[in-house]
Amino acid sequence: MRIFDPHIHMTSRTTDDYEAMHQAGVRVVVEPAFWLGQPRTSPASFTDYFDSLLGWEPFRAAQYGIAHHCAIALNPKEANDPRCTPVLDLLPRYLLKDRVVAVGEIGYDSMTPAEDLALEHQLQLAADHGLPALVHTPHRDKPTGLRRTLDAVRASELPVERVLLDHLNETTVKEAKDSGSWLGFSVYPDTKMDEERMVAVIKAFGTEKVLVNSAADWGRSDPIKTRRVGDALLDAGFDEDDVDLVLWRNPVAFYGLSGRLALDVTAPDATHEGNSILRGGE
Amino acid sequence: MIHHHARATPAAHPARTAPAELRGHLNAHLAGAARAWLGRALDEAADHPGTHGPISVWELRLAEAGRRCGPEHADAVRVLILHAARADTDALTRVYRQGTADERRAVLHALPHLVPGPDALHLVEDALRTNDTRLVAAALGPYGARRLASHDWRHAVLKCLFTGVRVDEITDLARRAHGDSELARMLGDFAEERTAAGRPVPEDLYRVLALTAPPPADENGIDGKES
Repeated sequence: MRIFDPHIHMTSRTTDDYEAMHQAGVRVVVEPAFWLGQPRTSPASFTDYFDSLLGWEPFRAAQYGIAHHCAIALNPKEANDPRCTPVLDLLPRYLLKDRVVAVGEIGYDSMTPAEDLALEHQLQLAADHGLPALVHTPHRDKPTGLRRTLDAVRASELPVERVLLDHLNETTVKEAKDSGSWLGFSVYPDTKMDEERMVAVIKAFGTEKVLVNSAADWGRSDPIKTRRVGDALLDAGFDEDDVDLVLWRNPVAFYGLSGRLALDVTAPDATHEGNSILRGGE
Repeated sequence: MIHHHARATPAAHPARTAPAELRGHLNAHLAGAARAWLGRALDEAADHPGTHGPISVWELRLAEAGRRCGPEHADAVRVLILHAARADTDALTRVYRQGTADERRAVLHALPHLVPGPDALHLVEDALRTNDTRLVAAALGPYGARRLASHDWRHAVLKCLFTGVRVDEITDLARRAHGDSELARMLGDFAEERTAAGRPVPEDLYRVLALTAPPPADENGIDGKES
């Protein structure tokens, strides 16, 4: 089973996770820029973070045979902090880079006017840079948030076919699907979606444009939930082609809209045995 | 567009190969569209080396070199763009600081072609502080080989052995290691530490150690010969 995790925060994960992911079949990941738990207070800490997403993290991933890409953005939570919003002016130079395959995560958290501005601005950046957008839908007041998100997308220059609406669930999938967007589902141990509910949603709504991710981060989450969903689909009678569509071809097609997806891993020169990460550095 | 790149044949080393020769190599290996893109990018960089608006046009080309020409050719392409733009130390520093790991590596490769003096040494030192072995290896190209102070150079060699960078990547290794008794001591201590821990000593360590040997008495004074 080949797996493309279209949303995972590897910066927060260990090398054990990379190893387990590779063993489970994960070969490509996209790491969207998000918040870090601890709020940031200046644009400089964003740029260090973005540099890491384009430097250290792909290097780490490559050592485990995983091709790492990223999405760059100011996330909705921190869009509310005027100390952070100047990072919006720094985004264009990042959105040019190789391996940046989307603008994201953007969207709503609390649906404030500041979030409206950041979302509108960054949808325009996506359109200007030929990139698709990964749009987070809010966890609180979700159906209202989805509608407001779709309104923002429709008012923007970015076609809805270049938008992946993420963290969908039973209450939002139908409206999202009717919009023509790509459909993202985050499968978590406790919250968001689980494997069985995911199978039920796919039974009801089909596999077309459906992407499943672990959204694993620094919270309670599991980086091989993608594999668990693949197994659950097979157990439920879906065939290998269905699983390949959801776990590989759909994310390849969506992020391939960027023209920047490189599915090969360029292994660093260092041997595995000699490698600084496996050895824990000096 | 999705890139599936075949592994390339060994390319001309972007730091150790003259720009004209790099260009010839790329012209021979790039497909038509990529070759045409490179030609335009180099012309633009030569014609407009300065900043126009927020970012110079050649910096845009630098950012997209991987997806335009393929990751296996990106280092050489980026070195040529920097060369065509006649990037000075300030421009190289800006590009390095704002660059992805791949762009930073290209800047390191470009140093011997563009910076005659020691002004860009801070970039080499920055790269040596990382744990990205591709940056560490690039830092020990011709520019680092010529400019690094002895202490920093020795630690860099040791870091290669620690992190599995092949010592063949170190430019002028034989010349700089020759007769370096302090490097020999550090290598010996490292080998001892590994042995004490029951861990293998990297093969390359003995190769470097052999290079540190002082010449036989009758050859004293002959410097710079690779043994």
